[in-house]
Parts: sequence; structure tokens; C-alpha cells
Amino acid sequence: MNMANSHENKIQNLQGNHACALGAIAAGCRFFAGYPITPSSEIAERMALELPKVEGTFIQMEDEIASMGAVVGASIGGVKAMTATSGPGFSLKQENLGYAAATEVPCVIINVMRGGPSTGMPTRPAQGDIMQARWGTHGDHPIIVLTPCSVREIYELTIHAFNLSESLRVPVLVLIDEVIGHLIETIDLSLTGTQALAERRWASGPPKDFKPYAMTEDGIPPMPRPGDGYRTHTTGLHHSESGFPTQNPAEVERFIKRILGKLELHRERIENFETLECEDAECLVVAYGITARAAKRAVKQARAEGIKAGLFRPVTLWPFPEEAFRALAAGAASVLVPEMNTGQLILEIERHCPDATRVVPLNRFDGEPIAPVQILKKIKEQVSHD
Amino acid sequence: MIEESRQKFDIRNNLRTELFPHFMCPGCGHGIALRALLWAVHELEISKDQLAIVSGIGCSGRTGAYIDATTIHTTHGRPLAYATGLKLARPDLEVIVITGDGDCLAIGGNHLIHACRRNLNLTCLMLNNETYGMTGGQVSPTTRNERFTTTTPLGNYEPVFDACALASGAGASMVGREITMHVTALKDLIKEGISHQGFTFLEILSDCTEIYGRKNELGESAEMVLSQKAEYRSDSYGNQVEEPFQPRNIGTGVLTKNDRTEYMEACRLHNQSKQSGTANS
Ligand SMILES: Cc1ncc(C[n+]2csc(CCOP(=O)(O)OP(=O)(O)O)c2C)c(N)n1
Ligand code: SF4
Ligand SMILES: [Mg+2]
Repeated sequence: MNMANSHENKIQNLQGNHACALGAIAAGCRFFAGYPITPSSEIAERMALELPKVEGTFIQMEDEIASMGAVVGASIGGVKAMTATSGPGFSLKQENLGYAAATEVPCVIINVMRGGPSTGMPTRPAQGDIMQARWGTHGDHPIIVLTPCSVREIYELTIHAFNLSESLRVPVLVLIDEVIGHLIETIDLSLTGTQALAERRWASGPPKDFKPYAMTEDGIPPMPRPGDGYRTHTTGLHHSESGFPTQNPAEVERFIKRILGKLELHRERIENFETLECEDAECLVVAYGITARAAKRAVKQARAEGIKAGLFRPVTLWPFPEEAFRALAAGAASVLVPEMNTGQLILEIERHCPDATRVVPLNRFDGEPIAPVQILKKIKEQVSHD
Repeated sequence: MIEESRQKFDIRNNLRTELFPHFMCPGCGHGIALRALLWAVHELEISKDQLAIVSGIGCSGRTGAYIDATTIHTTHGRPLAYATGLKLARPDLEVIVITGDGDCLAIGGNHLIHACRRNLNLTCLMLNNETYGMTGGQVSPTTRNERFTTTTPLGNYEPVFDACALASGAGASMVGREITMHVTALKDLIKEGISHQGFTFLEILSDCTEIYGRKNELGESAEMVLSQKAEYRSDSYGNQVEEPFQPRNIGTGVLTKNDRTEYMEACRLHNQSKQSGTANS
């Protein structure tokens, strides 16, 4: 079986963004199109260096719209493709990202978050794109969003993003915050990214009867590769199983239900989370990215002081691992949600908490990460409150 | 010679006739452009399986779906970006872009100039009908002066783009223009464009009979193409415009052609020189 890991130098001091590029190469990514933007540029730079070594293609396009278009074009051609960006560039990618979702073209998009809105704070960390990651492009659409909290996890999740995208035919986003993207940590690549690589299921069988968007048992139609004799049509217009545009209400409904439903069908495989001391937690902290690392420290400190705190860290942000979270939240008196924004994931958390649970925000949006002491203080307030 | 190839060429062999009736209005020039393209593809003996049509959004873009090939109907203005990715990933495919004046020169203008600059081996057909046909006939970057559109109710006062001059200026290694009335010349121009190694930009003067033509009282399709013939001269193959029309002397045929190194070839040569450079040092 094709394994992801094949780097020569196993133990490396790696920056998060570089780990992302190496993870992509290990995952079999052979096409990168991008446009420079802080704090994501190191990903493009490293891809420019690495791709020629594996006979891949790097291209710096004229803007993020073109980059996303080129990535979708390359992926239709049959090559694993990725782009990387940040805030303003992420906004520009949205239309073609929606196209990939509607046409079910696999692709991986990295967004190293910076302060926003607008040009915001290019070099300062933020977690302000949680809702845009879910709802950035117009219309109901499927999307998977992963969020790493360490350099090692960036490497692993980038590989995982390709695996999910290629096998489920859905765009997969990796949301990295600036702190992790620019963090340098030592990772042992021989222990990392050893998962098997998932490959796209290609269409086979007689081209004559082939329906490129036919319903299949697992909800994922095999993809026709140009040149293989299928000669199919790809369009962002709502399409029937034949791939051609339709306005037939029944066909449109079936199309939307299938592209959304396939994530539902594969939820177990997609949802990923980490828990720490959750079982008897009275105060459950929900955090992701760099904030989760601060939260972990705070929870450990709280436990050392005899306070029943726990951490729920969604690694898959969207679709949110709601069932697992609900089970854990049921026992907690309060749920604390520290985020580097004015309160985004908390809206989702509130939806899944029983009415009796107090859902408490802790927000920072001044360009500084949330410190463990801030979280610890807030945990203590909750516990004394009960 | 022409007759012979005409007989051999049956457009239905390259069309997805199961999608008929098609969406185009009677007399729309886009249909003639489509015919010329498929005729060129036929004469060049490009296999349907190796042909990839990448189109934008508009009436022009929607013609792509009728071609029996791999067809990709992208987003508004972006077909060149998609085509760039596809061609780089799959150099074995013959990638042809179909776009409109709005798609290519307005929303997609940035992609056009950079596609010209890169000189990747793509063929771009811009069907210029001087308006946004699909959305009901609004002003476009090529709508001429004093013409009425739904967003220039008192006539257009904005200057127009000369798409061919733009493409040449931006570095496209082959640029040409043709009108739909010269369908054989158009077919030959497209053939030359597809065969050319590098980025080819072809402006095809089309006509939106139903909306633009009607609003500006330009007559029926035949009158519209005749008046186009009056305005464009085909110096390159000596088809002189006759009286009573007064020629505007806008060139048709091949306007620019050079052998500037194609993008992938340039990349290959460059990497080769770097590698041998390291070996020597
Ligand atoms: C982002 C975006 N903006 C606007 C539109 C609406 N729209 C569809 S086609 C079109 C204009 C097409 O004009 P042109 O490219 O000249 O093609 P024609 O229909 O004239 O062949 C516009 C504005 C769209 N689909 N997407
Ligand atoms: S609206 Fe105009 S451009 Fe569109 S099909 Fe009709 S005539 Fe052609
Ligand atoms: Mg037009």
C-alpha cells in the first residue's frame, strides 16, 4: 500500500507552514497554485521548492480567484491539487470553492488565519474565519474543515485532508491560526503521517451508460478522468445524474440531498476530536488551534488544584462532532468557549448544549493569543459560581 | 478542396445531439462560431477523448456543453484559470477555451492578460457580440459608442476595448480576428490557432440577434453579419470589402504571430539549464 511518509530526514525542526507543504507532498499533492499572502506564504514557497523534485507543478497565479480555478482545473485533470491563503485571499477563493463543492472535485485549501475583517492584521493571529469556512460560499454546500493545534498535527491533517477530499469528493479546508503556522517545533517524521493514502475512485466500465453523478451506495460517484473515453460535462449549474444542467425540481432536490448527504453518510470517518479529563468535568472547555493548547494547560492546572475541568478539542470543526460533544456536555454544569474572535464556534456549541448548561464565552480579538491563565481564571469563576 | 472537406464534415458527429434543441436564439452568431470550431477540430483530426473544452458563463460559455468532448463549464470570467490548471496537469489534452466579451474582457480581464503573458499552449476563442447576451443585453467592454443596451438606455459613452490589441500587447504569441460570415476563413484561423504552440487568442465577431440586434435595430442575422463584413477587412487573405459598404478597416485574419517559447517548454528548458549549470559548477 502507498504510504504517505517517505522523507529522508526524519527528525526535523519544522515551521508549521513548511510542515503543511511537506504533508501535502507526502499525501501525493502534485499541483499547487497560489498567490502570496501573509501569514501563509511559506506554504507556497516550500511547495515551489518541493514540487519540481517530484515532477509536480507549482504556479503562482495572478490572484486567489485564478489560483482556486487552476486548482479545480488541475484536479479535474486527475492530479491531487492544493492552494493556500489567508483572510482576504480566502474571501476571493469562495466562488470557485463553491464550484468544487457542487461539481464534487477534490481539492485542499489551506487558510492560515489572520486578523480580520478586511486587510485586518496580517501578521497577528486570529480565529475569525470559523463561520466563513463553513458558509463562505453561497448556497447550501458540503465542506469539511479541519483545525490542527501543533506542527505535527498540521503535517498529519494535511495528509488526512487529501485522503478525505479524494475519497469523498469534497473540498477540504485546513484552518490554521497564525501562531501554529509560524511555530517551529521538532517533529519526527518517521512517527508521523504513516497513514495509508486514499486515492480517488475512477470511473470504469462502458462509457456509453456512464452517469457521472449517479447515486451510489456510499453516495460518492466514481470520477471520470479526461482522456479515458467518458467525455462528461462538468458544470456549476445544478445538474442531473447525467452531469447536464437541470431545473427539474425532483432532480435538483436529489442532487442537493446527495452532495450534503454524503457527509452525513461518512460522518464517523470525518469527525475527529480530542478529549482530556472530560468524564467527570463540571466545567468543559471547548477550544481549537493554538487556543486549545492554552486550554489544555489551564485544564491540567485546574485539575492539579482539584477543580473538575475538562477539554473537548474538535479537530474536525465542520461538520461539528456534535454527537460526541453532546454526550460529554450533558454532564457539565458549564461549557467555556475561548476563541480568538468575538464568538463564532460558541454559536454551534450553544445549539448542542442542554438548556440548563451555562455556555460561557471567552474572547480575544486584539491580535494576541489567549493565555492559559485567562482560561484558568474563567474556569475558576464557573466552578465557584456552581 | 473546401467542398471536399465540407462534405466529409458532419457537425452532428461532434455534437451531443441528445441535448437538442439547443438554447441559442435563431440567427445567433455563437452557433456559427461553434460550427467553425468543430469543423477545425474535425480537419485537425483531434480525437474527442483528447479534446477538453473549458468555457465561462454566458451564452458563449453555454455552447461548450453541446460538444462531444470533455467539457467544463466553469465560473464567470474564470475559464482561462481553470484551463491553465487543466493544461498544466494534463499537457496531453487539447484544451480550448470558449469565452464571451464580458466573460473574457470584464470580469476575466486579469486572467486574459496573464494567460497572454505566460504563453501556455491554450487556444482561447472569445465570442464578441458586444453585449452581455445571457443576462439580457447589458453594456459590455466592447459595446460601441451610442449603442443601446439595458444599462445604457441613452446610448453607450464608454470607450471600447480592442481585444486583439490588448492580447498582443500582453504577449499572446498568436492573435487573430474573424467574423462569422467568413466561416471557412474562421475555421482555418481556428485550425492555425490550435496548431500554434503557445497561447492563441482569437476574437470572433459574433452577433446577438435577439437582444442587442433588436434593441439597436440592426436587422436580422443576415443584415448583422453583412454590416460586420462591411467593417472588417480580411487583408491577410485578400477578401476585399465591396461597395456599398464603407470599410472601417479593422483587420481580420492573423494579426500577431511569433515563436515566443511556450510556457511549459520555457519551464523545461529553464530547469534543464539550471540542472546542467549545477553539474558544471
Ligand atoms: C460572478 C458572476 N457575476 C455575474 C454573473 C451573471 N452573468 C452571467 S453571464 C454574464 C455576462 C455574459 O456576457 P458575455 O461574456 O459577453 O457572454 P454572452 O452571453 O454575451 O455570450 C453575466 C454578467 C455570473 N454568472 N457570475
Ligand atoms: S441572447 Fe443573444 S447571444 Fe444569447 S443566444 Fe440569444 S442571440 Fe445569442
Ligand atoms: Mg457577449
